[in-house]
Amino acid sequence: MDCVTTGGNVKVLAKAIHSLSRIGEELYLEPVEDGLTLRAVNSSRSAFACFLLSPLFFQRYQTPSDQMFRCKMPIRSMLTVFRSLSSLERSVEKCRIELNSKRSRLTVTLHCRHGLLKTHNLSFQDCESLQAVFDKDSYANILRAQPRLWVDTVLHFPPSLEEVNVSVNGERVWLRNHVEDDADTSRAMMTELCLSSEEFDHFALSSQTSITFCLKEFRGLLVFAESSGLPVSMHFDEPGSPVVLSVSDTVLEANFVLATLSEDSHQRNHNNNKAERPQALPEPDDFMSDDMDSYLIAMETSDLAGPSHEPVTASCSTNHRARLPSEGDDDEEEDEESLDRPPNKKFCSLFFGSVLPVSSQLTNQTVQSQEVLASDSEDERQEE
Amino acid sequence: MPLSTQSQSGNDEYILVASLDNARNLSNILKAISFKDHAIFNVTQNGLKVTIEDSKCLQANAFIQADIFQEFTLKEDVVGFQVNLTVLLDCLTIFGGSTVPGVNTALRMCYNGYGYPLTLFLEEGGVVTVCKINTQEPEELIDFDFCSTNVTNKVILQSDSLKEAFSELDMTSEVLQLTMSPSHPYFRLSTFGNSGNAHYDYPKDSDMMELFQCTKTQTNRYKMSLLKPSTKALALSCKVSVRTDGRGFLSLQYLVRNDDGQICFVEYYCCPDEEVESNE
Repeated sequence: MDCVTTGGNVKVLAKAIHSLSRIGEELYLEPVEDGLTLRAVNSSRSAFACFLLSPLFFQRYQTPSDQMFRCKMPIRSMLTVFRSLSSLERSVEKCRIELNSKRSRLTVTLHCRHGLLKTHNLSFQDCESLQAVFDKDSYANILRAQPRLWVDTVLHFPPSLEEVNVSVNGERVWLRNHVEDDADTSRAMMTELCLSSEEFDHFALSSQTSITFCLKEFRGLLVFAESSGLPVSMHFDEPGSPVVLSVSDTVLEANFVLATLSEDSHQRNHNNNKAERPQALPEPDDFMSDDMDSYLIAMETSDLAGPSHEPVTASCSTNHRARLPSEGDDDEEEDEESLDRPPNKKFCSLFFGSVLPVSSQLTNQTVQSQEVLASDSEDERQEE
Repeated sequence: MPLSTQSQSGNDEYILVASLDNARNLSNILKAISFKDHAIFNVTQNGLKVTIEDSKCLQANAFIQADIFQEFTLKEDVVGFQVNLTVLLDCLTIFGGSTVPGVNTALRMCYNGYGYPLTLFLEEGGVVTVCKINTQEPEELIDFDFCSTNVTNKVILQSDSLKEAFSELDMTSEVLQLTMSPSHPYFRLSTFGNSGNAHYDYPKDSDMMELFQCTKTQTNRYKMSLLKPSTKALALSCKVSVRTDGRGFLSLQYLVRNDDGQICFVEYYCCPDEEVESNE
């Protein structure tokens, strides 16, 4: 693998890494034909971010010839290389990322002014592909605005605010801080902002809806969007379905996929709230029961991820998660099971199961397809 | 006691009187070596030399020549004493250390000899402060025995480029490795930290490289904790000379310009980390 970036793109790459560091502790790096992907996921698996830098972003882009390469490393290792954005801008002329497979090191070389050469040999770990399956184009609602608008809006919320609620109705968007059910509403400070559709570059709603998601991770994307000047799109559906925030231009695309609070807890919040609210949501249906909230994101661990997969539904309750039938346990699943979750956490996690692709393009995987549950002992006898 | 009664008649008692119109010309350079409390002053007709040592492995010296001072009177050949440098710096900046142009703290530093305190008269805007700092018997200084005839490799670099490298050094690395060589990589700083290793290479024909005289390839490691304080001196300086001798001892000499554009020097001597021997 050999990627070379020059000029202003070095700072863009650095900003992407800074932005991902707001999501998770580890950076997943995978060069594919479409470009270099940089991904991160948070520890509770409720936020996922992916940057795709197309080959055009680079002066030179060469993927590893032998096999699919993917790795992960602590994100602070990469942050060390790209720490000071101002000095990168001032002095770095070229940045090269190479895989030194013999020594299992990723070498990042910065060619700077005055002939100074900075070489970082970073250790990494092999890993499974980290890929969230989502189809933002299928979501009912899209808002797009200049990053300045989003930045100015979130500025009004205190940095400590965890969750923000976005409600849309006709021609308006409301942003409010989200207050937990059990919080004393008479003491909590409530902040509400209303934006009209005219402030947005694109405002397409198919229904009134109200979603609540984590503000901290949204701010992570704004860090990148503001410096790049690219408009930020927000794609969302009903509560429980993730919100996808994205920026893109001809050479890069970034998607931040954040889980939203599910319907039932959301309804309760609405009822508690004394302020006038837009009418909530589609009438309750079977999804309201504890065991059957739907996931619309599943995390794949096979290397055949693709956005065309059907979203997988699985059971999820607010306090525990059932496991998808899976053929191979992987580290992420085990991690999730052992996560110590606070009992009143209401986010649906982006489930990190090993979802088996139904496509017939399975390579030399030894896993069986989902249809076969158990082999007959008779089959074995026949094979002899 | 008001300053005026001290000024003329007081001079006869002191064996050292040194005055500066701008105390920052002393305090700034002393800050560059202030990583330990105790500093040894060695005063000669040439000027002031202030030394700080650490663990018998590192020595930092600041030189302020006699002609930097507006008044410099020394009644003996050599005067030596030890004071607490932190306290001294607190006194020198007692008026707050603000950098409003035109407003300076004036300093008169007086010493009466063995057993007497170091007396500082500081004045700013008509307000006078008198500080008396206890002195101690100066400790024996290490002689690193670093002389120019033993120098194997020497480079002089403009400080700006080294400043960037030092500010980015991986602090999880216990050592800083220095490679100097007549061939590639010429001048290389390396760290070995938790995330991997890093190298900073300066080519010999870089325009930041003012002098390049390397006779043999040498690689030496120095404890990061010992060298980290030298970044203060680096930050103040405009040029730095890096020299190693046959034993792998390191000499860093910093050229510092004070507020009035006058030149002072700071130097650091450091022993190599014992585990790695220099390559011949």
